[in-house]
This record gives sequence, structure tokens and C-alpha cells, in this order.
Amino acid sequence: MTPRAIADGMFETTTDGSIALIGGYSPTSAKYHFPLLDTCPYSGATDVQRVLLSRDATLWAWTAVTAAPPGYTGPVPYGFGVVELVREQLRIITRLREADPTRLEFGQPMTLVADELPDGEVPHGVLTWAFA
Amino acid sequence: MGIRITGTGLHPFGRFEGTTPTDMGVHAVRAALAEAGNPEFQAAFCATAYGGVASGHKVLGALALTGVPIVDVEAGCASGGAALQLAAGAIRAGQYDCALVFGIEKMPKGIIRSSFFEPWREEAGLAATPAYFALRAQRLLREAGLTKEHLAEVVVKNRRNGVHNPNAMFRKEVTVDEVLASRVVCEPLHLWMLCSPNEGAAALVLQRGEGGVQLASARLRSHLPGSVLGEATPLSGIDDRDITPPSTLAARDAYAEAGIGPDDLDVVECQDTDAARELLAYQELDLCAPGDQAKLLAQPTVVVNPSGGLLSKGEPLGASAVAQVVELVHQLRGEAGPRQVDNARVGLAHTVGRGANAACVIVTR
Repeated sequence: MTPRAIADGMFETTTDGSIALIGGYSPTSAKYHFPLLDTCPYSGATDVQRVLLSRDATLWAWTAVTAAPPGYTGPVPYGFGVVELVREQLRIITRLREADPTRLEFGQPMTLVADELPDGEVPHGVLTWAFA
Repeated sequence: MGIRITGTGLHPFGRFEGTTPTDMGVHAVRAALAEAGNPEFQAAFCATAYGGVASGHKVLGALALTGVPIVDVEAGCASGGAALQLAAGAIRAGQYDCALVFGIEKMPKGIIRSSFFEPWREEAGLAATPAYFALRAQRLLREAGLTKEHLAEVVVKNRRNGVHNPNAMFRKEVTVDEVLASRVVCEPLHLWMLCSPNEGAAALVLQRGEGGVQLASARLRSHLPGSVLGEATPLSGIDDRDITPPSTLAARDAYAEAGIGPDDLDVVECQDTDAARELLAYQELDLCAPGDQAKLLAQPTVVVNPSGGLLSKGEPLGASAVAQVVELVHQLRGEAGPRQVDNARVGLAHTVGRGANAACVIVTR
């Protein structure tokens, strides 16, 4: 069974099975954002264009979540952090594939990957994203 | 036009099985009104985030004190500061001579579940509040040249102060080694570096006039767009070095309204949701230059969190800011007992949280 996306409009799945995050770009403010909004969150401009964001990033902040927060049924510990997309210079809050903080370092290259989470009793029922 | 703080009331912070938020509010409001000589107040502002519909009415209804306008105020951790700003503004505008401000809260245990986050963000594991604190802490450590030992020292300092606060939840001293031996919640934050959401209530009576302890300013600000690691926690953002944080916006507004600067402060109660949050507040409130936190911690030029802070008291959101001001009033009156700050004349209370909202309240005598 195909896993359901964690939320509508967050990413596209390409034919080779990889994913791309869907963001917005406002020519007025010359800034990217994620997820895609009608209004640029920095300037309020409404000329937002839908864009696929680049997959390459550097690691900017990270930790591991050691106990399941409310509403989360996936594995613990799990990696959590902020990556900065190289092309867009946009920082994104994200799950990280690496759950051991000592194995990560500031500025290391990261790439967008598909990630799966349980959907109730279905082990890989939800498709989301992470950086690895 | 001056505003006097003539009454203070507090319900201890902690866990109280079987006690409702209304019960706690009644306790605090009754004490504050009694201390002020039971003046007739013309308006009431009730700060609460989890209280539900008409929380303030329930408290004043239980005291047979309804009839005046009663407004519940929610601004996350800064709810009490928001209520104080509204009350102070109304008194300064001449609308009321006397206003009652109180905060009540009974929080669920564990990680705060907040309607702030969409359900899918919870499902994805992106709504783990302590993890956001951890990312911010990691960044501060990196950029200010601080270590986990500095975080532990903040906990040791505040817990030492909390020993002398009968209204605090935790009243036992801890050591740096013990803090670092507590379990890691989210690296670099250990369990004892995080405050506990809990229960409590606090109340203040404000009256137009000069003399005694004055409410010099109460200012609330929200975040400017853009910052990825502020309390607003958007999913994406830009480099926020040039974006003034809400705490600084609120502090500078409050300093300007009070006609004082950070150098004039004798005592500060600040938002130590986690130990790094207090150190970040040092620079956000202009108590020190960015990166000078270690120096201020080692050689304090101002006493921070003599009440024990949230790390000792716990944090009942709506009551938190009001209780900070209760502490400052006691400090300025010289009634703080073993935790008294010598000759305290100017105090600042700072809260920041979801929204993002930040509030700064300055009291003087």
C-alpha cells in the first residue's frame, strides 16, 4: 500500500521515488519560504510563486528527541534540527536521519530524503521528509 | 500619571490534586485585595492560556465580585504581561482608578501540548517543544562561547534562590554535577535544565496614584517576521541576525516608557524556561553584550531570578508573569526575607513564549 503523505502540499514524489519539498518564492521580497503559502511570510507580498526547493543543504542546528512528544508515534530517539538549503539560503526545521547528536557537526553537507513513519498499526504508513 | 501596586497575592506553584484553577485564583485574588485594603476595582483582567471559557468570571463569581468588565487575556507565556499592559493603559487613560490583574493556570503534565501546532506537525515529530529549546541552546552555546557547565550553573543559581521561596515547587539545592547527571531530554539540555509546567495563581491590585511601588511600564511585543528559531517556531526562516527578537522589542519599549535603562536595574525576574533561555535573555534585555553571558553569570551586576525562577517555581503560563511582578514588589518593599536583594529600587519582569509574544514589566519605588 502506498503510504499517505504526512500533509498535503509539502512535497512532490518524483518518478524515481525521491521527493522534493514544495516552497514559495516572492520576487518582491526576493526570499524563499517553506511550506508554500499564499502570502510571503517575510514581507506580506502576494506574488508568491510555487517552486521546488533544492535538496542540498548544510547542517545548522541539531539535537535528538529522546521521548515521544504528544501526537507522535514514530521511533525514538529521532534526529531533529535545522538545515540551510545551499541554493535558497533558507533554513528549514526538519527530522534528521541521524539520531546520535555526537555524530553530527555544524556545517556538514546534508541531503533531502524520504522518511516513513507509522500510521497507527501500519508500520510505514506515512511518508514524510528528513535530511541525511 | 502614576500607577501604584497596592496589593499582591499568590497561590503557591506546584501540583495540587483536586484544586481547580478557580480555587487558586480565589486564593490569590482574595489575598491581593485584602493587602490593598479591599478597594473597589472597576475592571479585572485574567491571564490564562489553558483555563478555558470565562476563567476570570469563574474566579470573581466565586468571590461575588462580578459586575465589572472581566477580560481573559491569552498571550502564551507572556499572558500576565499582556494583562498588565491592558490594565495599566486603561488606568493611564483615565478609564479606571483601580484594576485587578490576576493569572491562573493548571497545566497538563509533561511536554506541553499546544493547539499552536497543527496535528500533522505533531505526527511528524516536529512539535517537540524541548527540541526547539535545545536547538536554540546549541546555537547560543556556539555563538556565545558557552558550555553545558554554564547551563548547569544557571540551574544551580536559581535552585539555590528557590530554597528560600516558600511558593516554589522545587526547594532543594543542586550541584553542577547533579544537573549534568540528570537525563538528557534533548542534547544539550538535561532534565534539570528545563522548567516544569505546573499549577498556580497570582494577583495584583493596581491603583492610580504616586508613592510606594509603582508600575512604571508594562509592554508586550510579538515577533517580527523571519526568525526560524524564535518562539514562533515557523517551519522555515532566514538568517535572523538582523531581526530584533520580541524580548528586545518589549524591553526597549518598557525601558523607554519607564525612562530608565538596563544599567538602572537592581533585580530581574526573567524567563528561564530552560537554562539557556535565561542566558539568552541577558543579551535580549541588554543586561550584557551578546557573548558576555559568562561574565555576567560569574560577576553579576544585577540579581537575576531571586525567586528561584521558573526552574524552581515551575511555569503555570497565565500566572507566571503576574507572579514575577509579585516577587519584584516584595523585593522593592524589602519584604523578601532571606532572598532579599539589598536596596532594590528598580526591577524588571520578563516573559516570552508562544506567539511569539514577549512582555517586559518594570516596577520602581
